[in-house]
This record gives sequence, C-alpha cells and structure tokens, in this order.
Amino acid sequence: MAYDKFNTLTSTAYPLPTENVDTDQIIPARFLKATERVDFDINFFRDWRYNQDGTPKEDFPLNKEIYAGSKILVGGRNFGSGSSREHAAWSVYDFGLRCVISSAFADIFKNNCLNVGVLPVQVSPKFADTLFAAIMADPKTEINVDLPNQTVTLVATGESESFEINTYKKDNMLNGFDDIDYLKNIENEIAAFAETRPF
Amino acid sequence: MANTLFDKVWDSHVVRQVKDGPDVFFIDRHFIHEVTSPVAFLGLESRGNSVVYPAKTFATADHNTPTINQHLPVEDALSANQLDALEKNAAKHGISHWGLGDKNNGIVHVVGPENGITLPGATIVCGDSHTSTHGAFGAIAFGIGTSEVEMVLSTQCIMQPKPKSMRINVNGKLGLGVTPKDVALYIIAKQTTSGATGYFVEYAGDVFRDMSMEGRMTVCNLSIEMGARGGMIAPDSKTFDYIKGRSQTPKGAEWDKAMKYWETLYTEENAVFDAEFNYDAADIEPMITYGTNPGMGIGVTKSIPLAQNVEGGVETYKKSLGYMSFNEGDTMIGKEIDFVFLGSCTNGRIEDFRAFSSIVKGRKKADNVTAWLVPGSHKVVDQIKEEGLDKIITDAGFVLREPGCSACLAMNDDKIPSGKLSVSTSNRNFEGRQGPGSRTLLASPLVAAASAVQGVVTDPRTLLV
Repeated sequence: MAYDKFNTLTSTAYPLPTENVDTDQIIPARFLKATERVDFDINFFRDWRYNQDGTPKEDFPLNKEIYAGSKILVGGRNFGSGSSREHAAWSVYDFGLRCVISSAFADIFKNNCLNVGVLPVQVSPKFADTLFAAIMADPKTEINVDLPNQTVTLVATGESESFEINTYKKDNMLNGFDDIDYLKNIENEIAAFAETRPF
Repeated sequence: MANTLFDKVWDSHVVRQVKDGPDVFFIDRHFIHEVTSPVAFLGLESRGNSVVYPAKTFATADHNTPTINQHLPVEDALSANQLDALEKNAAKHGISHWGLGDKNNGIVHVVGPENGITLPGATIVCGDSHTSTHGAFGAIAFGIGTSEVEMVLSTQCIMQPKPKSMRINVNGKLGLGVTPKDVALYIIAKQTTSGATGYFVEYAGDVFRDMSMEGRMTVCNLSIEMGARGGMIAPDSKTFDYIKGRSQTPKGAEWDKAMKYWETLYTEENAVFDAEFNYDAADIEPMITYGTNPGMGIGVTKSIPLAQNVEGGVETYKKSLGYMSFNEGDTMIGKEIDFVFLGSCTNGRIEDFRAFSSIVKGRKKADNVTAWLVPGSHKVVDQIKEEGLDKIITDAGFVLREPGCSACLAMNDDKIPSGKLSVSTSNRNFEGRQGPGSRTLLASPLVAAASAVQGVVTDPRTLLV
C-alpha cells in the first residue's frame, strides 16, 4: 500500500501525555471487522473520545477544537504497546495525522507506522516534556518535523532535537516507496535463498 | 565469537543486509487469520502480485468466531464476512484453511504447534502479537502488521532490523501452586510493560528446563507484554518428543536430517547478550494483576503498591487504578468477582484445563460468578474429553464452550459487561480489552479456578493439598 511522500511538516499538535497507550485504546478490537482499509478515523481512540452513549468526552485532547486539524500527536512514553493490529496505524493516518512524537514507542506499532506513511519520531524524555509544556502553555504551539535533516523543532523558541531513522526507511518515506517495492526487485535472490531452506 | 541461539536462527534467515537499513528476513512459516489478513490480500491483488509460496502459509479462523453453536451460520454479519473472506482468499491462492468446524480449527498459536507446523530453528510470523508463543520450540516467532502480511504473501520476506538480545534466567524450584503463567507475570512485573522493548528474549535456567512444552508456550506467549518482540527457549528432548509424529513434522530421513540441525540450536558458553537478568524461582508466588497493563502484577497475597513506590508517571498510575475502581494499598484477596475466563493462546491448552480441573474437582462454581471455559482448539477439546476432565468441570457447575479467542479480546459475543470484574487467564488487562468498560485481573488457571469456586479473588494454595 504505497502512501504519500513525507518531507517536512509544520503543524500544531495534540498532546496525549498518558503513558503506555496500547493499540486497544487507539482502536478497540470490536472495530477491526472490516475487510477493506477505509474510515478507520471514525473509531480512533473510540472509548477515550466518546462516552458509552456516543456523546463526545469534551476534555479529551482529540476532541478539543483548539487542536483541531493538527497533523502531529505528541504521546506519552511507550506509545502503541500491545496488539500488532495495523488498524491502529491506519486510524492515526485516517484521522489526519502524519507524525507521532514520543519518548518511546512499542516496536510493532512503530514498524506499522513506517509502513503506512506515519513518521514515528522518538525524542528524549526531556524534550518530550518540553513539547508537552509548550503545548499546555499555548495550544497553538507549532512543531516542525524535518525528515531530511532528522530534526524536530519548537518553531517559536527554536528548541530542537535530532531523531534517528535508518537511511533505508528515510528514503522510503521521502519517496513514498514501501518494502514490497524493494522486495519484489530482489525476488530472484529470495527465490535462490528459499531453495536453501530445509523446511 | 560464541553465538546465541537467537543469533544462530536469525542469521541463517537473512537473505541480505540492506546498508544502513533492515535485514531482508526470510520466513519459513506464516499463519493468517480472519482479522489481519483481508487487507493484505486486497493489497496483493491490487498490485497484481500472487502468493509466492502458498504451502508456507496456513489459515485458521479464531479471532471473531462464536464459542457456542459453531455448527450454525455466524450471526454477526461483519464477522461472517471476515470469515468468508479468509476462506475465499485461502481457496483462491491455494492456502490450507482450517475454518469453523474443521477438526484442526482453533486458536492459531495453539493449532500451529499441535499440527507440527511449528518447528525448532524456523522463522514464524503472523499478524498477531502473540505469535511469540512459537518461540517455545526454539523458533524465532513474532507478530507483524498487515503490510508485512502482504510482504510475506508476495515475497516470503519481511524487512526487519535485528533486535537486541536479552537472556532471562530463572533458577531454583517453583513452589506449590506457582505455574508458568505466574513466572511470566512475575518477570513482566519486574521488567514493566515496556522494559524489553527492542529486545528478543531467551529464557534459560532450571525453571524453563523443568517446564512442559505447554508451560514454555505460555511463557513465550507473554514476551510481548514486556515489550519484547519475542521470546525463545532452546529445544531439548521435551521439544523433540512433543513434535515427533505430528501431522506436518518431517518424517523418516527428513526427521533425522532436521534433528542434526536442531541439536545445534543452543546458546554457546560465553555468548554475550545485550542485557541479562537473573531471578530466583523461590521469590515467585501465584500472581495477579491489579491495573491496566500486564506489568501491573503482584503476588496474589500482596496489596496494590502506593503511587509513590511505582516507576513511571503518577498520573498514568492513578488513571489506571481509577479505571479499575481500586485504591492504592488494597489487598487483592477477597475482592468479589463477576466473571472467570479460562482460555486464550496464553492458557487454552490441555495443561491449563488439567490445572483448572484439579481445583474445581468436588467443588462448585460460586453463584455470583459467570464462567467461560474456552479450549484453544478442537484437539484440546478431544483431549479434555479423553481425560474425563469434562465430567469434573460439568459436575462443578461449569460449561465447556467451543474453541476460539473468545473473551481474550471480545471480538465475538463473549464480552464482559461494563464495570464487571473478571479473573482471566488471558494476556491483556488493557482498558476495555474484554468488552467496553470491563475490568480484568490476569492470573493463572489455578487462581482463576480458586476464584471461580470462592466467588472472590483467592490464593489457590489454600485449596491445594
């Protein structure tokens, strides 16, 4: 599933400092029954965004008008733990987010994000605190994420930190390529390798 | 340089290393189920690709299947649609399919080993994080996303950076009533829910050596709950005895050849891990969780830690206890419960039903408890009947249901109602995991059985001997 290219992004951000946000919260299992990848934004954080009677929980950050339209989510430590459901990454993307920033990500969620065109940006706990504080002080705080230079910056103050991403994944994101493009290009090499496997 | 078990299996599956990038990693065995595969097939077809090695992929229906009246059409239209998509996709691409009612059907991580698909030294993936279960056989097994399911279908490879290595040693002898589930919950409580992120774990020491294959599967299954990608245990005579003669295991000369390879699968002396931890079996008691991630576990006789003594954010901790309607310092013993769930890929095997039966034998289910007993597969059901456990269970006022993932993730009708408290042998106590608003206490089959007959959280040791 090829996706849009990612280069640089400047946007306000939704703050969600809760730690250990698992993918069951990002999208509960009862909404995984689709056979197509459409409209996963509807049930994004379903049980944190809505009461059981379907009314929105006004004080949940994703429901606050002041943050509406943000393309970045700043999440608490160990974001995306638990289930491997890629639906969680789809729901992030479908909600209009292109980047999640956290001081730590769960492995599978991070991989899934990279595979669907959402950039996971891991920052130091200290810088994550700086970002949360800035957003709390001013909800219109803008954050710049620069993939070519691998930096994340608070636009107003210039406070900045660099982030890691391997060159291969970076090139994929910059060009909108995915792993299947790469793997299909080396299918003869894979076929030769398969011959050597005992079972 | 001395190699680890993990290095040996990983390195032998690397097709090529991408410069400053991941490894192209070859997959020997691929399991698919109805929930995370349909979009992968759509992707495959929209690119005009085909399934390159259909014999290396195995489909089984488990996540949203009903656990009663499986002979009738599935009532929920969306679930029925996913089950239908799995069946059609499998048929179209020549993939074996164990659908609802098939004698081999059951939870993917139960039926793989039962049928000899899971082998030592193999690489195994599935769009399900508990794929780590298969590491019990000395395989490298882990969960993947749907994009990666499509990669495996269309190329038999995924692209993965090699994880760091961790060894967890537990030595000594386990006490009365302490099960593999307790060992795992103890380790996760020590590591926290994210402590092993970025690592692949090898479990070693007396406790795992003495453990049955079922127990090893329970431990490896829960590796993901401390953030590890997977966990594995070096294969030994127990492993080989378990797999020998199963329907898909190599036979004859092939078996002999495989054994030669499998006997090389161990961590060499002096091999160095990126991280290593040692725990003492004597420190482990029957465990129970009190919060909303599997790292929030304590000995069943202990009280809920005070926020000031907990690592991590106080706000997050308080939010978690608030969801559970528990207070810091509460004791778990004696808390009135509403539901008991025995089952899942963590504890849905024959040994788990034996353990549960050992406690409920001659006792009666408490009136305030609704219990769902869901075997992991039809083969487990058959074994339960063969051993007469079904009679013990029925006499104690319990009902045996049909196989599936059931209330572990509550995609089917087996949902714990909002606010209700459940003692569950499954793997996750996340908010709403067992149904919107449900509250989950993770525990072993022994703790579940003891609590089911007493109606309150109970230390199983008080009912043993």
